[in-house]
Amino acid sequence: MQGLDFTVVAPYWDLLVIGAWWTTVLTVSAGALSFFGGILFAVIVLYAPVIVAYPVRAFMWVFMGTPLLLQLFLIYFGLVQIGIDIPALAAGIVGLGLHFAVYNADIIRAGIVAVDVGQTEGARSIGFGKWQTLRHVVIPQAIRNTAPPIGGNLIALLKESSIVSVIGIAELVHSAQLAISETFRPFEFYITAAALYYILNLVLEAALRLFERHVEASR
Amino acid sequence: MDFSLMQRVFPFFVEAALVTIEITVMALILGLAAAALAAAAKMSRSSILRTIGTLYVSLFRGTPCLIQLFVLYFGGPQIGINLEPFAAGVIGLGLNIGAYMAESIRGALVAVDRGQTEAARTIGFSRLQTLRKVVLPQAARLMIRPLGVNTVALLKGSALVSTISVVELTYTAQRFIGSTYKPFEIFGVAALLYMIMVYAVARVVDLLDKRFAIV
Repeated sequence: MQGLDFTVVAPYWDLLVIGAWWTTVLTVSAGALSFFGGILFAVIVLYAPVIVAYPVRAFMWVFMGTPLLLQLFLIYFGLVQIGIDIPALAAGIVGLGLHFAVYNADIIRAGIVAVDVGQTEGARSIGFGKWQTLRHVVIPQAIRNTAPPIGGNLIALLKESSIVSVIGIAELVHSAQLAISETFRPFEFYITAAALYYILNLVLEAALRLFERHVEASR
Repeated sequence: MDFSLMQRVFPFFVEAALVTIEITVMALILGLAAAALAAAAKMSRSSILRTIGTLYVSLFRGTPCLIQLFVLYFGGPQIGINLEPFAAGVIGLGLNIGAYMAESIRGALVAVDRGQTEAARTIGFSRLQTLRKVVLPQAARLMIRPLGVNTVALLKGSALVSTISVVELTYTAQRFIGSTYKPFEIFGVAALLYMIMVYAVARVVDLLDKRFAIV
């Protein structure tokens, strides 16, 4: 048992900050993918012909029933088996993005169904096409009404992004592991990484609160 | 697809799935206990207890479960805590899900109409009696679904303990990839077993929710 000494973190501070930066990049890019992917899946499940909608449903069902870690392994190692060699960073973004797109799709689908049918009727009667109605009238309202749970998913995504360290993406956990391999001080570095995640989490929560207030005001 | 390989590894995977179930159940028990304590602390009259409860929930919900497991398992020995992988996995997962479950429990307690408490207190029930005989029976129904969602998340999250070398389903899958180089088949079998477990739990939660529905 060795005593704790947090000064060992100082020389590696830059490394950890770079890791935190990549965690942010991962969260933002996978978050964007999960948002737009969620809308796409929701629209497909609701409106696409069965031959498209059923495979997407099956895909959502599988992704909701299995761990993210397994999905990342499947995307990263599995695609290589069938000859698709994608870089770890891309695999991480796609894996995280798809995983949360499925959860967002479930929320957005419910949001679309909940938009008053009068909105569609109104838009159609003033000459909007089906697609225009969906694009300009229904989906914006569905997104506005489901903003809090979608934001909750983004917060979950930030924390779950730590998992992509297992396929070797150089984000925050990976930075900590690198420093630990040189210093043999896991406690100090993992606690520091945890603190950085906590701060990122607070910033994201504050940003989402501001955004929600903005959305509320636009009602 | 190499189906004979899938058939051959299947028995090993079922055994590994049992470890996943075992670790999930033990973490669930620990999590529920931690959650009940934390929810009680957060709603208590003592400001010290309230602070402790709030800190626990906020810290464990505000940081990744993976990091919590790493602090406990790799960092633990530095502060004199030496745990086997399995024990570290149960404690790490349990404390993590406990923080989420505390919010589910508190949410359900808060959702019971205030008038119920006021009425019970007016007719002479003590605080504890009010909680036990009036509020909890009503809140328990409201807890089923959120706690069920937490349990499903715990089951899926249990894959994380493969990173601290607990030999459960995901760890076993990884080991078989190393020896067979057939990720699709291997992960397919593992995914199938996870889905069976996840949707079985979801079904039980649905049934409980219906069984105890008020209307």
